[in-house]
Amino acid sequence: MQQTPIVEMTDITITFPGVRALDSVSFRMFPGEVHSLMGENGAGKSTLIKALTGVYSIDSGTMTLAGEPLVINGPAQAQAAGISTVYQEVNLLPNLSVAENIMLGREPRKGGLIDWRATRARAAELLERLNLDVDPRSQLSTHSLAVQQLVAIARATDVDAKVLILDEPTSSLDADEVAELFRVIGRLKESGVAILFVSHFLDQVYEISDRLTVLRNGALVGEYLTKEILRIELVHKMIGKELAVLDELEGRTRQAAADEEANVEVPYLEAKGLGRKGAVEPFDLSIREGEIVGLAGLLGSGRTEVARLITGVDRADSGETKVLGIRRRLRTPRIALRERIAYSSEDRKTQGIVDELTVRDNIVLALQADRGWFRRISKRRQDELAQSYIQALNIRPANPDALAGNLSGGNQQKVLLARWLAVAPHLLVLDEPTRGIDVGAKAEIQKLVSSLADEGMSVVFISAELEEVLRLSHRIAVMRDRRKVADLPNEDITVGQIMTLIASGADEGVNA
Amino acid sequence: MNAVRSITRSRLFWPVTALAALLIFNVIVTPGFFGITLKDGHLFGSLIDILRNGAPTMLVALGMTLVIATRGIDLSVGAIAAISGAVACTIIGDAPDPGNPGVVAVAIIVAVVLSLILGSWNGLLVAAFGIQPIVATLILMTAGRGIAMLITEGNILTITSPPYKFIGAGFLFGLPFAIIIVAVMVAIAALLTRKTALGLLIESVGINPAASRIAGVRSRGIVWVVYIFSGLCAGIAGLIISSNVTAADANSAGLWIELDAILAVVIGGTSLAGGRYSLTGTIVGAIVIQTLTTTVYTAGIPKEIALVFKAIVVIAVCLLQSPVVQDWMHRRRPTPSSTKAVAS
Repeated sequence: MQQTPIVEMTDITITFPGVRALDSVSFRMFPGEVHSLMGENGAGKSTLIKALTGVYSIDSGTMTLAGEPLVINGPAQAQAAGISTVYQEVNLLPNLSVAENIMLGREPRKGGLIDWRATRARAAELLERLNLDVDPRSQLSTHSLAVQQLVAIARATDVDAKVLILDEPTSSLDADEVAELFRVIGRLKESGVAILFVSHFLDQVYEISDRLTVLRNGALVGEYLTKEILRIELVHKMIGKELAVLDELEGRTRQAAADEEANVEVPYLEAKGLGRKGAVEPFDLSIREGEIVGLAGLLGSGRTEVARLITGVDRADSGETKVLGIRRRLRTPRIALRERIAYSSEDRKTQGIVDELTVRDNIVLALQADRGWFRRISKRRQDELAQSYIQALNIRPANPDALAGNLSGGNQQKVLLARWLAVAPHLLVLDEPTRGIDVGAKAEIQKLVSSLADEGMSVVFISAELEEVLRLSHRIAVMRDRRKVADLPNEDITVGQIMTLIASGADEGVNA
Repeated sequence: MNAVRSITRSRLFWPVTALAALLIFNVIVTPGFFGITLKDGHLFGSLIDILRNGAPTMLVALGMTLVIATRGIDLSVGAIAAISGAVACTIIGDAPDPGNPGVVAVAIIVAVVLSLILGSWNGLLVAAFGIQPIVATLILMTAGRGIAMLITEGNILTITSPPYKFIGAGFLFGLPFAIIIVAVMVAIAALLTRKTALGLLIESVGINPAASRIAGVRSRGIVWVVYIFSGLCAGIAGLIISSNVTAADANSAGLWIELDAILAVVIGGTSLAGGRYSLTGTIVGAIVIQTLTTTVYTAGIPKEIALVFKAIVVIAVCLLQSPVVQDWMHRRRPTPSSTKAVAS
């Protein structure tokens, strides 16, 4: 290599109570390069990033920045040294304005006071660079997750960054926004910034990155030039096993859809004219037993809102719901759970996992809530439940006493799935269960969903990935602009056809 | 090495160490400090005094722990204690025979029921109306003393009633009765939270209310219950306080006890941010505070610097428990779990 690395990490080891997160991993980045960090959930990607950004201190190993030894105590120092981060889950302050979020801690000052005019102007300028049509004065929480993500990137690019870390920046962006982001990354790259990119989308990794480092189970597998490694090789290095299961699944689902076509029966859940002002227009939806209904649509199209209405998380202000033909008002999640309807939120961090409780507590939580305070699940039964789901879903680390907050995103998702499966739901609504999850875990979850439906469970499956929706669902409902625009059996439908349904007449994307 | 680390990282380590240090300080200054004598079948001594005098704080802190675990706070406990004492003393004082056990029983029952009602008023405001706990309980904190004044008609009500005096000053099985009351309430709280699922659900609601709701947890009911329990603890504490002096003083009974209780909870290692809590820690915390007060008296520390001395010890304990000092001492990264490593 003609250049010296801007960042060099050598033999980094980090352990948590019960988890060996990184084991003597080395990693380097060159200026003006996009470097992708690849690996399954729990491979140690997030941990490596947090070591570099000073969130975690390292147990052993050395780091250098531009050849100088780098000792970081805390994120502020990392930022001062020129290492900026946009995390997987948006870490902003929802109750502050967009401008305040972008400029927080770096507000221009005049006579010791914050110069608000300059603050807003600077924020507007940064948003402009991202080509983002957002009022800097608007409150952050009024925007969609996608926009919040872009605001976070705007914030990170303002700092005089030598290294910009993007941890799953695209997981909640649509195609246009991804293209936009890549344009910005390209420009930053030209100016000599080293960009660390983490994504589970292989297409994006190949499109944007120059170099790859692969981690597996906290250890380094290797560093490669993107153009020199084939996708299939890469996947092998990441997970070390074949993925033929996926194709097999697809065939089975299609077959099942055809089988059930003739079968006319009372649907498990039937929604008629269900709607909520400002969230989603009244819609009809019915889900039969053992059926997987896919909800397709862009971010902000109303698919999450549909899920929240049929599970009682949000209250409908029009329409009615019937469970097995009998009218039921699903006013709260608790009532819905009584009807054996469970909702797994897309927002794992704030609406899913209870991070300071153990994996075991998280798994038994919904079941225990259903049984009430006094019929406590015995310790032994709790252990049995936790153990069996840890094994069945391959949760890592396989330690029921680990704090759920210490697990990687994919494993947290599995813990959540276990929580819902433990209540033996008849209808399970999965909102983006595979977002931000690696190929291996994704396949595991898809397989699980498919076999649950075989056993008679009804599933509503929401995903931004149309291929996934098509592969799994018996029937697909398409959402656009907070309206349900189509409901079709999954027979000879292509991704292209659904794209057309989603796109026709809707140009405004997600700049809500 | 690991064993040492797990002991020093336990959140009970610093409160217990502080307590031990205080006791050692005392025994150096007052050699007979640990002495416990048996007189007329009753145990006497400084340690017994600490436990007995600390009983009201321990009780109030017990209820406060569960409230704090749900991300709440109960500022009204002192006022509830004052009302409870005032009601009991008024009933007894108005009775033709204040020494009649039946009259005392009625007084206690009325006071306890009233405390439950006041606790559920707080719970109503917080759980059903969604008012911020600090505001909701501030209402009763300020209004409560007024209510107590109305009940006592503005006087310090002194009564003569041996059965009532027994609550705060009596002995049972050689121990001060107040200590036994605390022990029973601690046992009830422990059973209620650890033998049922209430503890898990309280922590879940305290850590992540939104996720708990989606998991079907009835968080309103849970929040309500902890305020009721806190009211009950405060009411019983009020009975002990007024019984101890056989008088109801609406102005000073239980004054600032809410602050001591909150401090006890914090010293005991429960975060004010809610979530995981430790009943044992709280009791140790309350004993630390009471020992401090006693130390000030027995060591002859001048009254003028007594509060300063108390403050210094409290600051030391809180600093030792702070994440920064903990991480520095253990050279650990600030993992999300570092401040709450061990379950109670």
